Amino acid sequence: MRKITLSQAVNEALAEELRRDPTTFIIGEDVAEAGTPFKVLSGLVEEFGTERVIDTPIAEPGFMGIAVGAAMTGSRPIVDLMFGDFLFLIMDQLCNQAAKIHYMSGGKLNVPLVVRTNLGATRRSAAQHSQSLHALVAHIPGLKVALPSSAYEAKGLMKTAIRDNNPVVIFEDKLMYNDKAEVPEEEYLIPFGEAAILREGRDITLVATSSMVQVALAAADLLAKDGISAEVIDPRTIVPLDEETILKSVQKTSRAMVIDEGHQSYGITGEIASRISEKAFYHLDAPVLRMGAMDVPVPFSPALEDITVPTPERVAEKARLSVRGELFNAA
Amino acid sequence: MSASDNKHNREDYLRMYRQMVRIRTFEDNANQLYLSAKMPGLTHMYSGEEAVAVGICEALTDSDRITSTHRGHGHCVAKGADFQAMFCELLGKEEGYCRGKGGSMHIADQSHGNLGANAIVGGSMGIATGSALRAKLQKSDDVTVCFFGDGATAQGLLYEVMNMAALWNLPVIYACENNGYSEYTATAEIAAGSITDRARAFGIEAFEVDGQDVLAVNELTRELTGRCRRGEGPFFIELQTYRYHGHHVGDINREYYRPKAEEKDWKESRDPIEKFTQWLTGEGIASTDELEAMKAEISDDAASAVDYALKAKYPETHEVDMHVFAD
Repeated sequence: MRKITLSQAVNEALAEELRRDPTTFIIGEDVAEAGTPFKVLSGLVEEFGTERVIDTPIAEPGFMGIAVGAAMTGSRPIVDLMFGDFLFLIMDQLCNQAAKIHYMSGGKLNVPLVVRTNLGATRRSAAQHSQSLHALVAHIPGLKVALPSSAYEAKGLMKTAIRDNNPVVIFEDKLMYNDKAEVPEEEYLIPFGEAAILREGRDITLVATSSMVQVALAAADLLAKDGISAEVIDPRTIVPLDEETILKSVQKTSRAMVIDEGHQSYGITGEIASRISEKAFYHLDAPVLRMGAMDVPVPFSPALEDITVPTPERVAEKARLSVRGELFNAA
Repeated sequence: MSASDNKHNREDYLRMYRQMVRIRTFEDNANQLYLSAKMPGLTHMYSGEEAVAVGICEALTDSDRITSTHRGHGHCVAKGADFQAMFCELLGKEEGYCRGKGGSMHIADQSHGNLGANAIVGGSMGIATGSALRAKLQKSDDVTVCFFGDGATAQGLLYEVMNMAALWNLPVIYACENNGYSEYTATAEIAAGSITDRARAFGIEAFEVDGQDVLAVNELTRELTGRCRRGEGPFFIELQTYRYHGHHVGDINREYYRPKAEEKDWKESRDPIEKFTQWLTGEGIASTDELEAMKAEISDDAASAVDYALKAKYPETHEVDMHVFAD
C-alpha cells in the first residue's frame, strides 16, 4: 500500500470532503495561498477558490464566531486554528456558543463544524505554542474530540468529523506532519467512539492518545525485551470514548496505564484511569497508572522541555514496576 | 413622527402597532410571573424598546435572520413567535420553544429566522456575521440583523467581526440598541468617543435613529435591507431607546445609577407605543376605540397563554441528556 505523510492525509481528507459537499468551507488565518505555517493546506485554494478556503484577519474569536453562525444556518465550516494554544482565545464561541446551541435550543439548531488544530511539545516552541489542551474541550458537554495518531487515522477521523452534525475539535500532533503511514487510495471513514487495539498483549494495557501512541508502542517493544507483553489501545476519540474496548482489555491483562500528552493533573489520564478503577476494579492486580505531561508551562530550553513529556523509557519503566509487583507507592 | 411615503398601507401600520403592544403585554405578564415567584431564574424586560424590534423586524422576511440578546423577548415576538410557546419556555415547560432547556435568555425560533437569544453580552455578533456569510456563499438574498446593546459595544468581538463583514461585504446589519445603560452603569462611563464612528472606522455606513419612532426605524431598515440584498452591506444602526425596568427584574433600587426623573420623562414623553398611537389616530388610520380593542384582545391572548403555560407539563426527566449531541 502507498505511504503518505500525516500532512498529505489531512489535505486529502479536506479536498475529498470539499469536493463532495458544497456546504463545506475552510476558514482561518493564512489558510489560502500560504496553506498554513505547516503547509497542510497547500493546493486547496487553487482547486476550491477563495470562497471555500477563506483567509481571515488574525482574529480567532471573530472567525470562530462566524463559523458558528454559518454552521447554524446550513454550512459545514472547517475552522483552522493555527495552534492548539489559541483555543483559549476562542473559548466563548466554542464552549458557550457552539457546544451548547443544540441543547439550549431543545435540539432545533445544529452546529456542524470542525475545529482543526494541533497539540504536542518538543518542537522548541515554548509555553504558548506547545500545549496539548484536548482535556479542556473534552470537559465541555456538546463537543466531540478526536485525536488521530497517524496519517491513516488523521484522514479517516477528519472525514468523519466533517460529516458529523456536531462541533468536533480534532487535534493533530504537529510533530507528526511528516510521518508517513499506509493510507489506502480508496475512500474510508473511521467511526467515532471505536478504539483501535494496535498491539495485543497479556500483562498490561497501555491506553495512549495521539502523540503518545507511538510512545506506548515503543514502550511495548522495550517491555517485550523483558518478557512483558503489553497491549496498546488508541481510543481515537476521547469524546465519545470507547470504554468497552478499554475495559475488556483490562479484564484480560489486569493492569493498566494511561498515557497522554496533556498536563497530568485534572486531565485525560485521570479520567480514563478513574473509569477503569471504577468499572474494572475487581479485575485489577495493581493500581491503574497514568503518565501525562508535567504540570509546568512547557519550557523553551531543549534540556528542560524533553523531560516534561512521557517517553518510551519512562513509560516502560513504570509499567515494569507494576507488572513485577514492585509498585509500592503508585501515588 | 412621519411616514416618508404613502406606500405603507393601513394593514402594515396596524401590524406594527399590534406587535409593539404584544411585546409590552408579553413583558407585563412575564414581569408578573416573576414577581409572583411563578417563573424560575432571571429575566430582562424589553419594555420601552418596542419600536426598535418591531421597526426592524417588520422590514424583514421569515427567511431573514436575527440574533438576539439576554433582553430578547421583544426580538422574539417581533420576529413572529407565539405567546404560548414563549411562556412555556419561560416557565421551563416541555412545549416551550426549546423544550424548556433554554429559558428566557436562550429562546430560539428558527422557523421565523430567530437564531436565538444569547446570555453572553455580545456573544451573538459572530453568529450573526456567520449567518450573513452563509447567505453570501449560498448566493441567497437573506439579510441578518444582529441586535445588541450599548453595553456590548465594549466587547472586542464586535470589532473583529465588523472588520470581516466589511472586508467581505456581508449582508448584515449591526443594530445597537442604545438604552443608555450598560447593566448598572451609565454608558457615558463605559464608551469613549462615538459608537457609530467605530463602525465608520471600518468603512461601514452607520446611522443614528430615534429608537422610539417605529416608522423612522422601519423606514431606515427597509432601505438598508434592500441595499444589503444588492450586495452593499454591512451597515450599522445606533438606535436611541430606553429600558423601563432595571437591568433585570429585581433591579429595583437603581437610583444610584439612574435617576427616577429620567425614567419618568422617557415613559411620559417618549413612549413608543403612545407616540405611535397619537400618530395613528391623528392621521385617521385608526380610532382610539379600535386600538383599545386590539389591546384588549392581545391582553386576553396573553392571559390565556400564561394560563396554558402554567398548567403545561414539565419535560420528562429522561430528556435531561437529550440534545447534548445531534444525531
